[in-house]
Amino acid sequence: MNMVNRLVAIALPALLLAGCELGTKEQEQVGPRGTALVLISDPDTKAKVGDIPAPPYELTAEMVAGDKASTAYENVQVLGDTSVDEFNYLMQAMTTWVAPDGAPIKDAGCTYCHNPENMASDEKYTKVVARKMLQMTRNINATWVPHFAGQENAGVTCWTCHRGNPVPVNNWSTAKPDPATINGNKRGGNTPAPSVAYASLNYDPFTDYLAGKENIRVGGKAFPTAASKAAIQTTEKTYGLMMHMSQGLGVNCSFCHNSNNFAKWEDSRPQRVVAWYGIRMVRDINNNYITALGDVWPANGKGAYGNRRGPHGDPLKVNCATCHQGVNKPLGGYKMLKDYPTLKGAAPAPTVAAAPAPAPAETAAVDPEALLAAEPAAAGAMMVAATRRGKTSGG
Amino acid sequence: MAYQNIFTQVQLRGELEAGVPLGPHNDSRIGPFGTSWLMGKLGGAQLGPIYLGTLGVASLMCGFIAIEIMGLNMLASVNWDPVQFVRQLFWLSLEPPSAKYGFTFNVPLAEGGWWIGAGFFLTASILLWWARTYTRAKELGMGTHVAWAFASAIWLYLVLGFIRPMMMGSWAEAVPFGIFPHLDWTAAFSIRYGNLFYNPFHALSIVFLYGSTLLFAMHGATILAVGRYGGEREIEQITDRGTASERAALFWRWTMGWNATMESIHRWAWWFAVLTTLTGGIGILLTGTVVDNWYLWAVQHGFALEYPATGVVDPATLPGAPQ
Repeated sequence: MNMVNRLVAIALPALLLAGCELGTKEQEQVGPRGTALVLISDPDTKAKVGDIPAPPYELTAEMVAGDKASTAYENVQVLGDTSVDEFNYLMQAMTTWVAPDGAPIKDAGCTYCHNPENMASDEKYTKVVARKMLQMTRNINATWVPHFAGQENAGVTCWTCHRGNPVPVNNWSTAKPDPATINGNKRGGNTPAPSVAYASLNYDPFTDYLAGKENIRVGGKAFPTAASKAAIQTTEKTYGLMMHMSQGLGVNCSFCHNSNNFAKWEDSRPQRVVAWYGIRMVRDINNNYITALGDVWPANGKGAYGNRRGPHGDPLKVNCATCHQGVNKPLGGYKMLKDYPTLKGAAPAPTVAAAPAPAPAETAAVDPEALLAAEPAAAGAMMVAATRRGKTSGG
Repeated sequence: MAYQNIFTQVQLRGELEAGVPLGPHNDSRIGPFGTSWLMGKLGGAQLGPIYLGTLGVASLMCGFIAIEIMGLNMLASVNWDPVQFVRQLFWLSLEPPSAKYGFTFNVPLAEGGWWIGAGFFLTASILLWWARTYTRAKELGMGTHVAWAFASAIWLYLVLGFIRPMMMGSWAEAVPFGIFPHLDWTAAFSIRYGNLFYNPFHALSIVFLYGSTLLFAMHGATILAVGRYGGEREIEQITDRGTASERAALFWRWTMGWNATMESIHRWAWWFAVLTTLTGGIGILLTGTVVDNWYLWAVQHGFALEYPATGVVDPATLPGAPQ
């Protein structure tokens, strides 16, 4: 009896604590004290900043200034104004980024996209996709500057998402619709789904919010108005998207929000503005580039390189985790773009030779004031002081 | 022999006690069934007789139907796979109808009609059980304090699942049946309505809830501490000197300058418990119907502190902002 009691006394608390993450947590105070504006992270489970491949070789100014690729190669639709040397340099880098030699995939290397007999041919669908992705990369870097807080050379390359894989590891596609009966009907949630951090929330907040342009906001004014119509079930979908963002970036809610009132912008951190632009950027990517490729994506089981579509038939798309991969600044904020000037796109970077910007149908207008708002320097002095206090007293 | 009190008493084994005879217009009781050593460690060792009666049977049947509807809907949602039912049980849900149905009863079963059905039978079961606590107390010549305390909890339950959805004109505002789903509902509810912590009735409810635990700890500890003088026999000692009752009163008079009486401490406990759900229900009822964002309401009424703005501007309000 005593033995059994003792075993229970030891086993029960151990079981109850099994879900806890042991060990010291890192904390940073980011707002006035008493508001729970603290970023807490567990150094043991923090996502690692991935490796960053070095450029193939040094790209000199003479190489960038050389003859244009369009004069040397046929069927160069996007990078025609890039120099031949930079073009070849970029092609070599792209191979490393997307389909590196020796990778356990079919046709690893140049032949993943190109027919070696005729490099200009578009017969492989992967080359058509790659061209669209180049246009997309330039558009991201030129148009979505507010998402990079306006910093020079901040932006994306193919590596930011691909990390040596033909299909980025973190992707999503529309979930199968719920059946009309109760059999197998999970009401779009109520499942331990990794997409929403294993909550029972809607596991596909992406279709409506990251491809569709449904209103994510649910908070209202002090008193009910005709506009305050968001239902609890809509709120849970928003909540699901926020769980994805929290997981995808490896941050707490308080990275962007003041939890005293999640909706209020005036009390939020500048990071929320960056995220707001990020959501619009992802919609642009999903709608105007990935989905826009349409039937270029082979039907599942039909293409040479495996499945490119979800169970619903739509192509695999991007969300926050596709680039961020658990890190709030992808690749730890390393400015990879500085080594690949032609990927910067045209609009706000006058130092780059004016490459013809392949403007998609819906390019977003960006207000410079928004950039200003995104600067952490604009935050109140009290908050800065509080941050300093928090840092020095942390132990 | 070891020291004895109500929790360590000798468990006598003899003829089972059937209890007082019942008056007219009563159903028969079931049992007594026997004695249990384990139950005797927690309370009385004898099990039964239990008075189930018409109300009790009806209540159990309605409760069984409600749980069946919930369980079978959850089982259906995992394609009738018992293994997945167990593995995913904490996530599974029976959800109320979506907002497009408003507050009507004309909802297809698969679209939330089952939720209304389960809610109806659960409510019927609870109300029948309430009537049972009332009539049984009357039968024993007791006051009906238990029934009215239970009614306070039922008030909160009805506000959450029926009265507030009715006032909002949408079943979608109601709580789903499910373990994690109802927790997610709670969090989403607070986020949607601007943080429930700034709802003063929610605050009152928390005061009474935590107050209840404090009173429970103080009273429980006091009676156990004077158990060696027979403290659990509270009332019969109340007028004598040196009794457990006087010592308990003196303890609190000495430590906090004032003492509740053996009678009033139970009124304190009753009111704290009753007010927890009473104020909580009022707070829920006002949410969304009268106040849409409790934080903004609280700032407006000088109830919450407004912190200096961080300088962040809603980007959607800027000219030329992307969609």
